[in-house]
Amino acid sequence: MTERITLAHGSGGKLTRQLIERIFYPHFANEILQTGDDAAQITVSGGTLAYTTDSFVITPLFFKGGDIGKLAVCGTVNDLATSGARPLALSCGFILEEGLDIGRLERIVASMAETARNCGVRIVTGDTKVVPKGAADQIFINTSGIGIIPEGCQISASRARPGDAVIITGTLGDHGAAILLEREELNITAEIASDCAPLHHLVSRVLAEVRDIHVLRDPTRGGLASTLNEIAEQSGTGILIWEKEIPVRPEVRGICEMLGMDPLYLANEGKMVMILPEESAGKAVELLRRDPLGKDARIIGRVLREPARKVLLETVAGTKRIVDMPVGDPLPRIC
Amino acid sequence: MCLAVPGRVTEIKGKTAVVEIMGALREASLELLEDVQIGDYVILHAGCAIEKLDEAEALKTIELFKELKDIYHA
Amino acid sequence: MHNYLDPYRDAGLLRQWAEKLRNYRGKPLKLMEVCGTHTMAIARYGIRTLLPDTIRLVSGPGCPVCVTPSYYINNAVRLARRPGVIVATFGDLMRIPADEGSLLEAKAQGADVRVLYSPLDALKIARDNPERQVVLLSVGFETTTPVAALTVVKADEEKMDNFTVLSANKTMPEVLKLLAADPTVGIDGYLYPGHVSAIIGTRFYEELAEKYGVPGVVAGFEPLDILAALAALAEICDSGRPAARNLYTRVVKAEGNPVAARTMEQVFEPADAVWRGIGMIPGSGLAIREAYARFDAWKVFDLETDHDAEPEGCRCGEILKGTKAPTDCPLFGIRCVPENPVGACMVSSEGTCAAYYKYGGVR
Repeated sequence: MTERITLAHGSGGKLTRQLIERIFYPHFANEILQTGDDAAQITVSGGTLAYTTDSFVITPLFFKGGDIGKLAVCGTVNDLATSGARPLALSCGFILEEGLDIGRLERIVASMAETARNCGVRIVTGDTKVVPKGAADQIFINTSGIGIIPEGCQISASRARPGDAVIITGTLGDHGAAILLEREELNITAEIASDCAPLHHLVSRVLAEVRDIHVLRDPTRGGLASTLNEIAEQSGTGILIWEKEIPVRPEVRGICEMLGMDPLYLANEGKMVMILPEESAGKAVELLRRDPLGKDARIIGRVLREPARKVLLETVAGTKRIVDMPVGDPLPRIC
Repeated sequence: MCLAVPGRVTEIKGKTAVVEIMGALREASLELLEDVQIGDYVILHAGCAIEKLDEAEALKTIELFKELKDIYHA
Repeated sequence: MHNYLDPYRDAGLLRQWAEKLRNYRGKPLKLMEVCGTHTMAIARYGIRTLLPDTIRLVSGPGCPVCVTPSYYINNAVRLARRPGVIVATFGDLMRIPADEGSLLEAKAQGADVRVLYSPLDALKIARDNPERQVVLLSVGFETTTPVAALTVVKADEEKMDNFTVLSANKTMPEVLKLLAADPTVGIDGYLYPGHVSAIIGTRFYEELAEKYGVPGVVAGFEPLDILAALAALAEICDSGRPAARNLYTRVVKAEGNPVAARTMEQVFEPADAVWRGIGMIPGSGLAIREAYARFDAWKVFDLETDHDAEPEGCRCGEILKGTKAPTDCPLFGIRCVPENPVGACMVSSEGTCAAYYKYGGVR
């Protein structure tokens, strides 16, 4: 392992996993944490709580389709949704850089409040710290969330089973591409906005009629490729996806072709991977498509027994190749 | 070393064009090419149009590929 | 035609050409592709799994990042660390490890390193930051070099005094000749790089066929382009009558792009160059001409050009020449992995070993 933290350690790929497995898990060791799901499931008398936390350090703070505040609320609400939970309440911790314009802070807070209202969730506790100029990049936000998991609901990445269908609720790479476009040094313009959105209503719509969902996960940093690799690892299965089924908006495709990037590795902030028995997949897709946030939902793959812990892509050429975990954030290429 | 993508010229301002790739837009220099018109397709590499796409040849190539013949003798 | 990509990714045609390749009954062949972008496309579409056992496709030294000596990155990192310097680079160079860490690590530690899509955008950075020195990291073959050259021409026109280019640009002909003439490499035919060819044309390939007896086919980058070109190349090799063919005629003309070639020649002249893993190949590199010396970072800054030996066990040199496969290297996948690359071939995302590792073809 390298000696110093690098940016790659935060990108959701291989080095992030290394940090988790070699430092956090050994020290914090407990079976709830080491399940590896996005929300912890804690049994209390009378039910099961979902509990999750996430930190947000994105720049730019404001981008097409959202801002760091909206992201901070949606990200945590969505992590709760991956356990099937109804979100109850959020905490919010701010780390503010000395010199931050208070007007900007207020814009972010207003966005958080509006997003929370739309989600039906309240921010019930918080904390604020200020660090000297240069010690943080304007604002860092941590949100933790609790939710209630309905009786009988057992959703976890470890539950993927060979034969299950793999569904994605919509187009891939919109958020990652939108953020890329904000980087003016690439000088590319397109009508792409972040897909940042809360998904718990979409999820509960399906859960109400489809009882046996095995896995839910939102493919954020590191993209679908990372998420599927995590699920394959956690469940000990293999996952096969079909290149021709993967939904990508033309503009996102155009940006990726130009920059040599792969939509499978771009972040999504308003999409869910859903894995469930094949016989229920058609119904799930139909239910998802009734909601604007799920209008492009489709089946994109299948869970296999072998090769265990690997993700395969069947290309348009009919060949199969491995989809590996990324090492760091995607970078534009010239070669 | 050759990552380049076909795009359509939608605007020309002097020696610079706006090239459209599936809806994404990028400015590109035309200084490595001559005689580019709006509506032409170009190969975009590193912010420069490095060649024009020849539609007739593109169609011929597809026909060739469809025929699956002995293309050694083509 | 409105879409110049999808017709060349047609599943039905791809199946037919895969079948044609599988039915190859000629003599065993060793074919070499010499373009990092081809390496990536071949890995991305699993094209190697479609080849019959009698056709071996190796990756040659067509990855400009892989063949850039490590002293280049050392110098880039040192420059980036200087106060007042902005280093502008392609993303490809960011993760290459060097003695003092990679550019990505330097950036994390506060160096001003900016990832660009186009070298021309470096001029904008220079205009917007007149009190700082902008250094453009310039690697690449004949596809990218004209763009770098254009950047220098424009910097000259605008009389910029805060812009330089650190060039490690190289050309293809010398290394193609070297490998064609080397019996230990034993190449039967070349898959030629479509976009390099768009600039330099195809006459040189005819020369290689006539004088060296090595045939080749110019190929585009979509899977159908590559499959059809490989099938055509196999037939030509098997026929015993070396020839050069162009199957990327929608972009490549026999005479190439004279405007781009002229721009390249205006700014750059042939020079000896060190190819990481291979060594020095005379006349295979490009250096900025004296007339543009004030834009030449090698002259403007005080930089070192000594180069180190490859790490113990590293087989990059042989992999780049196509005499060994990644799986022949004792370090591959064990000590040398994408998150901790040892040699050049793993470092670049389109390096042979990185492509093999990342895409690990599955039958």
